[in-house]
Amino acid sequence: MGLKALAGAEVAGKLATALPGAVTESGAASITVDSKALASVMRVLKESPEFEFNYLNSVTAADYIEYFEVVYHLTSMKKKQTLTVKVKVSGRENPRVPSVTHLWQGADYQEREVYDLMGIHFDGHPNLKRIALWEGFKGHPLRRDFL
Amino acid sequence: MPAYDQLILPYSSADADIEEGKLIEDLIARSRSPIPDPDAWLSGGPRAGIVLTTVDQALGWARSRSLWPMLFGLACCAFEMMAAAGNRWDISRFGMEIFRPSPRQADMMIVAGTLTWKMAPAVRRLYDQMAEPKWVLAMGACAISGGTFSESYAVVPGVNRVIPVDVYVPGCPPRPEGLYYGLMELHQKIQKADSLKGKLHLPRLD
Repeated sequence: MGLKALAGAEVAGKLATALPGAVTESGAASITVDSKALASVMRVLKESPEFEFNYLNSVTAADYIEYFEVVYHLTSMKKKQTLTVKVKVSGRENPRVPSVTHLWQGADYQEREVYDLMGIHFDGHPNLKRIALWEGFKGHPLRRDFL
Repeated sequence: MPAYDQLILPYSSADADIEEGKLIEDLIARSRSPIPDPDAWLSGGPRAGIVLTTVDQALGWARSRSLWPMLFGLACCAFEMMAAAGNRWDISRFGMEIFRPSPRQADMMIVAGTLTWKMAPAVRRLYDQMAEPKWVLAMGACAISGGTFSESYAVVPGVNRVIPVDVYVPGCPPRPEGLYYGLMELHQKIQKADSLKGKLHLPRLD
């Protein structure tokens, strides 16, 4: 009954026909997606009968100085499969990625947390504001250049 | 199922958030240095010349044996405080088994755990709402100095930045025995204290 982690290359192959050029890299259990194609990739991953990722475990982000990486962990309850989706976002001033709250409501607070601590904007989020820190706090504390 | 953006979600208004942020920034700006500990009682020494029980002694005895603590668990120290209140350590031996959920019915505040700046205005407001005489016990490393989080952007480096502290109980977290030692020290302090002197007036927080 364990969950099976899908291989990145396998998912990339399945996505290549519907969305050519969307997946830029594929790892052992992850795919890296172009930020412009994220919304459509996520819709396919949730809705197509091949994947049916109906549960979003978490949204998080990492700061690699040259770029930010937003990481989504997906699980399909029906197919007992998991996948990690990553998006690279460049630019420290105004990094932006599309929100996935319209697909998974659970992304709401987690995207707010990423926005609060990393300063990544989620386009289309219904209520993007700080969640843990207070209004007026200067900076985004989980960034590598904070302090 | 209605579309996501049609759902009515319990979002607070932006104005309330900005107001809260201003309050916190204001409190941080005003809390650069610790509030001095109430220690006027230390210079007094034992009262001499009167053999009969003074009013102060009677009051001190009554107060120290009927402390009602405020229900205030912030982090993992709260579990040790709950254990202290439970039947194994049994805080009712000290006449203080009634943890009050209202500051207006409490005599002392056990600040059990890490205090963040976002929580700090609430702590200060609850302290202000407690009736005199009132005492504060800082429980654990975080409440004393911020502990391992003392350099954090989000943690108050010691609750004595926000409210005056009478007794510090070190430990991470302190065991119930440690908390009891602190409480017994507080009992002695209350008995020595002059009931009419040594009140500290803090500026109002609005």
